[in-house]
Amino acid sequence: MDIPYTVEVRRDTGLNNGKIGIWLFLASEVMLFGALFASYILIRTGSPSWPRGDTVLDYRLATFNTIVLIASSVTMVMAWASLMRRRFGTFRIYMAATVLLGGVFLVVKYFEYSHHLHLGEYPSHSNFFAIYYTLTGLHMLHVLGGMVVNAYFWGPGAKLWNTNPVWFTNRVEHSGLFWHFVDLVWIFLFPTLYLL
Amino acid sequence: MSDHLATTDHDDHAGHDPADIDRHVRVYIMVFVALMVLTVITVAVSRLHLSVPAAVSVALLVATVKGGLVACYFMHLISEKKLILAVLALTAAFFVVLLALPSLTHSNGFWIPQAEPAHSDDAHK
Repeated sequence: MDIPYTVEVRRDTGLNNGKIGIWLFLASEVMLFGALFASYILIRTGSPSWPRGDTVLDYRLATFNTIVLIASSVTMVMAWASLMRRRFGTFRIYMAATVLLGGVFLVVKYFEYSHHLHLGEYPSHSNFFAIYYTLTGLHMLHVLGGMVVNAYFWGPGAKLWNTNPVWFTNRVEHSGLFWHFVDLVWIFLFPTLYLL
Repeated sequence: MSDHLATTDHDDHAGHDPADIDRHVRVYIMVFVALMVLTVITVAVSRLHLSVPAAVSVALLVATVKGGLVACYFMHLISEKKLILAVLALTAAFFVVLLALPSLTHSNGFWIPQAEPAHSDDAHK
């Protein structure tokens, strides 16, 4: 049985079901990260002292990662635009770039975590590091999840383009929405943890 | 059963012709440049070592502008259907309450009755 409203628009919502589904999911994600940001505010304002992020973390690495993630958002949206222009080859180049940039972000994060763990700065080291690992760790898992989905659409999932290009384009658009959300979260995490 | 709910359009992709997409791509590139400039501004302002309230205000303001650009243009919220905007407006309302919760905890929260100070006579008993 075919999944309904993957391509056609429901008259009552004016949207296909995938679009509504991804936005409802992102709404729940906003609340998930919102709860952690609220925890951060609570812990920071309740603490007698709090280090400036750039005194304990490497803000230059984080700035580099910010540029990487913003660039990956651009390649993601260009991948979708390529499908809209019916240029599948260009789509694959942009999608590969998106996955690779996500990989670069994770590699930088690996070096960042390794450095702090080597110094004995585990989550139990201080409230700062507890919330730092929680927020960046959850965000990192989202980057990883987004990379897996995007890699699927670059590889085996791309077969759908031959049989139903509109559905495939919709799928890429929805995975793109998730990827942009991950970028959006980092845009707030970066100054909050590394600069303030 | 659900056929009457469907239209023959293919979502909002139906209205996109190649020239339309080319215009979108030019906007994406402009937004990318704006995001890079704003990132540089964020880092540069942090090097000024402003007071904490000023630094937080500037950093969050710039982050909000950056986030707005991503949401409006990369996530196409600027041209999204009303249903999605309504869902996000509801989410935003709850998000604001969530972020306001920590501030309510200061001074034990205004809704918590303050304990009466003990009388000195009672204290000696």
